[in-house]
Amino acid sequence: MTTPSRLPDPYGQGSSANLADILERVLDKGVVIAGDIKINLLDIELLTIKLRLVVASVDKAKEMGIDWWESDPALSSRARRDELARENAELRERLARLEELEPRRAEEETP
Amino acid sequence: MTGLRYVYAVCRPFGTPLQAQLTGVGGDPPRLVPHRDLVAVVSHVPEADFAEESLRAHLEDLDWLTAVARAHQGVIDALTTVTTPLPLRLGTVFRDDSGVRSMIEAREENFLRGLDRLEGRVEWGVKVYLESEPEQAPERPAPQPAAMSGRDYLRRRREQTRSREDQWQRAETFATRLHANLAGFAEDSRLHAPQNPTLSGHRGRNVLNAAYLVPRGESEAFVEQVERTKDDSPGLRVELTGPWAAYSFAGEEAAGEEPAGGRTAGEGTT
Repeated sequence: MTTPSRLPDPYGQGSSANLADILERVLDKGVVIAGDIKINLLDIELLTIKLRLVVASVDKAKEMGIDWWESDPALSSRARRDELARENAELRERLARLEELEPRRAEEETP
Repeated sequence: MTGLRYVYAVCRPFGTPLQAQLTGVGGDPPRLVPHRDLVAVVSHVPEADFAEESLRAHLEDLDWLTAVARAHQGVIDALTTVTTPLPLRLGTVFRDDSGVRSMIEAREENFLRGLDRLEGRVEWGVKVYLESEPEQAPERPAPQPAAMSGRDYLRRRREQTRSREDQWQRAETFATRLHANLAGFAEDSRLHAPQNPTLSGHRGRNVLNAAYLVPRGESEAFVEQVERTKDDSPGLRVELTGPWAAYSFAGEEAAGEEPAGGRTAGEGTT
């Protein structure tokens, strides 16, 4: 599968470059210098950006494949449903455990 | 009155001109502000957008931020083809060229040291993803959990949990080995926080997010090394990005002393 080209072509860059890769570098890496304009980039953690994004434009976010809030019960009704499903599964599990015990008890009872 | 100065990077003077059609933040072409043995690469940006309040507001706007981030990266990328830039963080803005010059002067030594260290090197990003959970649980005759007895259900759950744990274990072993291998090859490496799959838009769980500092001349071999691992492990995806400017390795030295309160005049550090 290796096709060695003389100079490695750029991987995953250009206009299609993953936004997360770019933001990670330009916001989080690189030399930090206090310019004349004081901006604290820590104020705009990526999480904040994502949160704002949810508030701003859910459809657009989905278009970009961003849907993490859907699994966050605080933000999504579907997630709350999932939460119920999870609880349900837990209960089933407990029930199953009880069922496993049950036959034994039944055997003990019937002589 | 000609706007503020947005600084992308500091470099040593370079002979090759930048592509004529290259544009930076806000469409302004990157310009060079030379000072002593260094050159700052800057754009003129409108005060309306980049003064403190508006900048802060803009940074919360993902579309705006995306455009600026891509423009920033575009200029850094262009610089990387002609020299070794020391990339500055997004949003480093000065009032005028003389502000930029005094900043260079104040940090000259750090810049030179950093540039020496990074000269001729590029950064490669390597990420490992654990592909989404396998659909096929070992035995699952009918997709009808309701009809299953409690015991079967319990067994199935156990199997699923076990296979998920196995997968994690395997992913971790793979990532650890890959990182050790690549770190041995590279001059330096950094482990970054795994990316939230949501922002990257990538499927699967990011289990390794690393950056490697590699001399240009050895990049081809490095890439091959990464490529070779790609088919090794089903269920795991290896993703390579680069060559980047050495963003992940630029920060430390020059960031050393942060002139709090905007004291940009050079007075020595003692």
